[in-house]
Amino acid sequence: MNSISVRALLVRGMIAGVIAGALALAVAYFLGESQVDAAIAIEEAHSHAAHGGGGGGEEEELVSRTMQATGGLATALLVFGVAVGGIAALVYAYALGRIGNFGPRATAALIAGAALLTVYVVPFLKYPANPPAVGNPDTIGKRTTLFFLMVALSLLLAVAAVIIGKRLAPALGNWNATIAAAAGFVLAIGLAYAFLPSFDEVGKDFPASLLWKFRLSTLAVQTTFWAGFGLIFGYLTERLLVSGNGADARRVATPVG
Amino acid sequence: MAQSAAPATGAPAITPISAKALAPWAVFVGILALVLLYFVGAEQGATALISGEGVHEWVHDGRHLLGFPCH
Repeated sequence: MNSISVRALLVRGMIAGVIAGALALAVAYFLGESQVDAAIAIEEAHSHAAHGGGGGGEEEELVSRTMQATGGLATALLVFGVAVGGIAALVYAYALGRIGNFGPRATAALIAGAALLTVYVVPFLKYPANPPAVGNPDTIGKRTTLFFLMVALSLLLAVAAVIIGKRLAPALGNWNATIAAAAGFVLAIGLAYAFLPSFDEVGKDFPASLLWKFRLSTLAVQTTFWAGFGLIFGYLTERLLVSGNGADARRVATPVG
Repeated sequence: MAQSAAPATGAPAITPISAKALAPWAVFVGILALVLLYFVGAEQGATALISGEGVHEWVHDGRHLLGFPCH
């Protein structure tokens, strides 16, 4: 078998990222935009009330709502898809053949699932996404720092958990080593949740159902992205890595003789 | 036996890519991708490299729906 080329994996990661970004774009457009619009309506009602009924001095829109919801949204999700797909492909290039006896598709699925969990779900549970009209502009610096800190912490702890799990595997067996490493991860994340500052900046009259639906939509966007990425990238890498001889499509690791 | 005629695959199914081969890709592509993510996720929010609000306003909805802190 000729050695796997990093370039081939990177290209496939970016392709899978764009396609997954497009799927997530559809979810964001059809599920999320109505929530963003509703939140902006509340935001505007507030600023009108605050400015005494809002005179003619409405601040000029740099980008129209229509452009934000179409071209802008598409730019954000597709660029996110390429960038994240590229990074995930490089992580995959390192993990392939190192994290255990998993084939190309299973490795892709594991990495996508782990990425959804560590890069989105874990930070989200501490610092959930906020719709427009929620969030104090004065704390944006602190909230941004802590959000990215939480992402970095979650990633580092996940890598540590994988390394520790692999070290424990010979002594405990794969199943128990995985449980021990996962329990350690949950414990460390729980400590971070307990000790990092929280923010509660939801206005008293902001509808709870709208906040819930908005946050659920952001979760749907990310879940769609990572599920799509895992499946598409897995399909592409499986074809790349086991296509050489069509007959034995699976490279089964059975010791012979 | 028919089986023993097939190439033996007793070794791990997939040979890992060496860290040396991977490092230059990881550093260069990693940095580029993080710069892209910075512009989608954070530019003109807490920090700004470009003055004004254009970038922020353009990716506004995407930033909210991807879960980044926006404003």
